[in-house]
Amino acid sequence: MNVRVLLFAGLRDLFKQGELNLSLPEGSTIKELKEELFLRFEKGSEKLKTTQFAVNQTYADLKTKLRDGDEVAFLPMVSGG
Amino acid sequence: MIKITENKIVGLDQCVCPEFNDPSCGAIVTFEGRVRNHNDEKKVLKLFYDCYKPMAQKVLEEIREEAFNKYNVKEISVVHRVGEIPIGEIAVWIGVSSAHREEAFEAAKYMIDELKQRVPIWKQETYTDGNKVWVESCCHALRSN
Repeated sequence: MNVRVLLFAGLRDLFKQGELNLSLPEGSTIKELKEELFLRFEKGSEKLKTTQFAVNQTYADLKTKLRDGDEVAFLPMVSGG
Repeated sequence: MIKITENKIVGLDQCVCPEFNDPSCGAIVTFEGRVRNHNDEKKVLKLFYDCYKPMAQKVLEEIREEAFNKYNVKEISVVHRVGEIPIGEIAVWIGVSSAHREEAFEAAKYMIDELKQRVPIWKQETYTDGNKVWVESCCHALRSN
């Protein structure tokens, strides 16, 4: 299955892109997607520790199972206002 | 400044959100979050806000609904500017109207407090020495679901 990954703020700078598409085995979780990103980019481990996640614009946790076509956002700690 | 006048007082809410004109509301509380020229000891030159727009819109609507359920208020409006914002300009504007003042004050505080904790918007500070830092709030718990 394919998911669309969105990166924001410091994570966008770290990965030098704001969006990427990844292929994952069916039934993968956000945790597995995160590990795949580590492997692929060999960086960001510290930064990703305090990251929150959203699937299709709703906050989600590491155990959340992903589906084909999901939009998964990696969100650094927010600082709006 | 303190002034006592016989002239008409025009509230700033009229510039941002004229629909606050409601004769059943005796109170309008507004909050302006402005770009400050310093953070701790560092001199800030400007701010840049990144935003996950569709989710920010959705979370703000959720928070607004929560505030309507918690407080007896008539109207709640929020405007958040993103991109680059110079010192002194408004980054976020919140307005709440209600029949009486207490509820409007409380709802306005609820809106800005929850916005800062939950809405996917991030600020990057550029300092006068040229360095840039993404600000990460440390005062809230990690959220899941």
